[in-house]
Amino acid sequence: MSVPSLPGTLTSSNGWGTVLAPSSSAAIGSSPDSWLERAPLMLRDYATGWVPEPWRWLLNHLISIALILAVFGLLFAFLTLAERKILGRVQNRPGPNRTGWGGVLQPFADAIKMLTKEDIVPTAADHVLHFIAPVALLAFSILAFAVIPYGRYLVPVELDASVLYFFAAGAATELAVFMAGWASHNKYSLLAAMRALAQLISYELPLLLSWVPVVMLAGTLSTTRIVEAQAGYTGGWVPHWFVLTPWGFAGFVIFFVAALAESNRSPFDLPEAESELIAGHLTEYSGFKYALFFMAEYFGMTALSGMAVTLFLGGWHAPLPLLNVIPSYVWFAIKLLSLLVAFIWIRATLPRLRMDQLTRFAWKFLVPLALINLGTTAFWALSADWPGAMQLVRWLIATAIVIGPFVLLGRTLSAGIAPRTYRYAS
Amino acid sequence: MNVTPLQLCLLFSSALFCIGLAGALSRSNTILVLLGVELMLNAANLNFIAFWRFSPSPAASTGVIFVIFAIAVAAAEAAVGLALVIAIYRHQKNIRLQDATQLRG
Amino acid sequence: MIPLILIVLVTLATAVVAMSRRNLIHSVLLLIGTWAGIAAFYLWAGAEFVAFAQMLIYVGAVSMVVLFAVLLTRRSREDATLIPESLGRAFSAFIVAGLAFGLVAFAVLSTQLPARKGGASTISVQQIGTGLMGSHAAALLVIGLILTVALLGAVVIAATEPRESEEDAP
Repeated sequence: MSVPSLPGTLTSSNGWGTVLAPSSSAAIGSSPDSWLERAPLMLRDYATGWVPEPWRWLLNHLISIALILAVFGLLFAFLTLAERKILGRVQNRPGPNRTGWGGVLQPFADAIKMLTKEDIVPTAADHVLHFIAPVALLAFSILAFAVIPYGRYLVPVELDASVLYFFAAGAATELAVFMAGWASHNKYSLLAAMRALAQLISYELPLLLSWVPVVMLAGTLSTTRIVEAQAGYTGGWVPHWFVLTPWGFAGFVIFFVAALAESNRSPFDLPEAESELIAGHLTEYSGFKYALFFMAEYFGMTALSGMAVTLFLGGWHAPLPLLNVIPSYVWFAIKLLSLLVAFIWIRATLPRLRMDQLTRFAWKFLVPLALINLGTTAFWALSADWPGAMQLVRWLIATAIVIGPFVLLGRTLSAGIAPRTYRYAS
Repeated sequence: MNVTPLQLCLLFSSALFCIGLAGALSRSNTILVLLGVELMLNAANLNFIAFWRFSPSPAASTGVIFVIFAIAVAAAEAAVGLALVIAIYRHQKNIRLQDATQLRG
Repeated sequence: MIPLILIVLVTLATAVVAMSRRNLIHSVLLLIGTWAGIAAFYLWAGAEFVAFAQMLIYVGAVSMVVLFAVLLTRRSREDATLIPESLGRAFSAFIVAGLAFGLVAFAVLSTQLPARKGGASTISVQQIGTGLMGSHAAALLVIGLILTVALLGAVVIAATEPRESEEDAP
């Protein structure tokens, strides 16, 4: 009668995340029990009501897996379209608009093209590794979606150390990059894979250091409790999101830049740029495997954006208390989509960084700033109980500790390079 | 004879240790010897977690904390060992253990 | 018991194949599978934090160090394929390992070990944190020192070229 479950994981009786006590958020005027908030739970209960009691647990998890794959798969498809349209509009051209009603069927046309391309594998390549590399990359990228809280009651797996789980799943994706480069039996692919690996491990350090302050102040590694810690509004209208504090803003910026580099997005897209060593570690891949690599990159981008929303931008909380009528999962979606548009915007705007500029930026700029951010957060935590007027001093000191090293380090690192001058066409 | 879960875990960790031992003793490639040593360290960690899991008071976190320290030390040792491998390669152009005999006799 | 037996079989199988392959890269990748199996064992035992730390450190970092070392210590692609070992050496290694396993297995199976009945209990990250910073704070500082020294030492050893061999081709 008892369904085996992994001991140690907190699964409630119905498999989705635990129900949060309404008292914590009722005081701020939100509506945790409103019909819209509970609609996914009611749908889930209706669907699992069809099977007898011992199998409900399994059906719960299957539903959540299928939902995540469907939602984020469709999001990936339309994200590629959005990227091409936004890039096009920034570059003063329309973007794809031929395939049906302004281009909305373009992702499906791309999918059909990718599926029908010939899959060429070099004879001397290591066939097993060549096949496993994109599969492993995609598998680990999808694993990361399991701990992000998408709404008030919507977290697929609730773990005590969920932030650590997320970054452990992300660290394993680097292996797949190496496997792709090695298995191609092409010395240029191997060289490019080594460069891509160097980029990934350089930026892993600022990525991991930037959320340590969040864990320090929230006191927990669990994503649901970190989002809970950002509840509440000061003076009735300023939310308690971590990004609105000096150390949180610095942490968010460092996390965002490191996420750009970890998902090989411009301006850090040296591994996949067309003019760099043909296509880097993806040279010998064609057809669907190539599409799988890009799917994994977009999934990684989305997962990192989701984690940025959870850690810094308040998760599923609304910006103003009176906007709580809009359900929590809609707020999460709005924040996630704005971060993804920011990714695309940065790609359209900034030129690509060279390899030595990239590594110098990581090791000599981001890592010291992330470490200084730890000190800022420690100061913030220790001065939380200063009396009323001293709070302003606390904000000023924290802002000074954040801005001072940023300006000084920036000036030192760009010392030999002259200020940029522009020449415009007359 | 019936084997309790604790005995199964201990047999597992000792089997892993002996596989690592066999690998470290029989290969002549330095990197494979280092990998065997890493496997032995992991087997010891398994032992700690097995005893923590079946101990009368699992709220005592000493076993888990020791394993965290052991993982950190093993990673540091792997880094230093592989740096030494690179240095040896630079000197003798291959990484056969038997060729590193300059300090012998 | 069934998940435990599955984890044990998969981990031991990958470890055995990893130690016996002739292709060095395959060996390393199979060993990564062994480390993942060990992380699965930690999850079964209820030590979640250690399981994720094992994945992050071993699969995410130590594997990178090993792969970089493999690629930096070969002169051609064929160097990653090893010559077969002398049979006598392998045989004596098996004998020694087999004797060691036999001894430990005999000791384990003949001891009455007190075991707690019941399922696994999780240890929360909070408890690990208070333990690390409270009663084990000295060890934590020493570990930090060890890691710093190891990092600096590894960088110095691997980065300094010997003076006389300037004709090293990359």
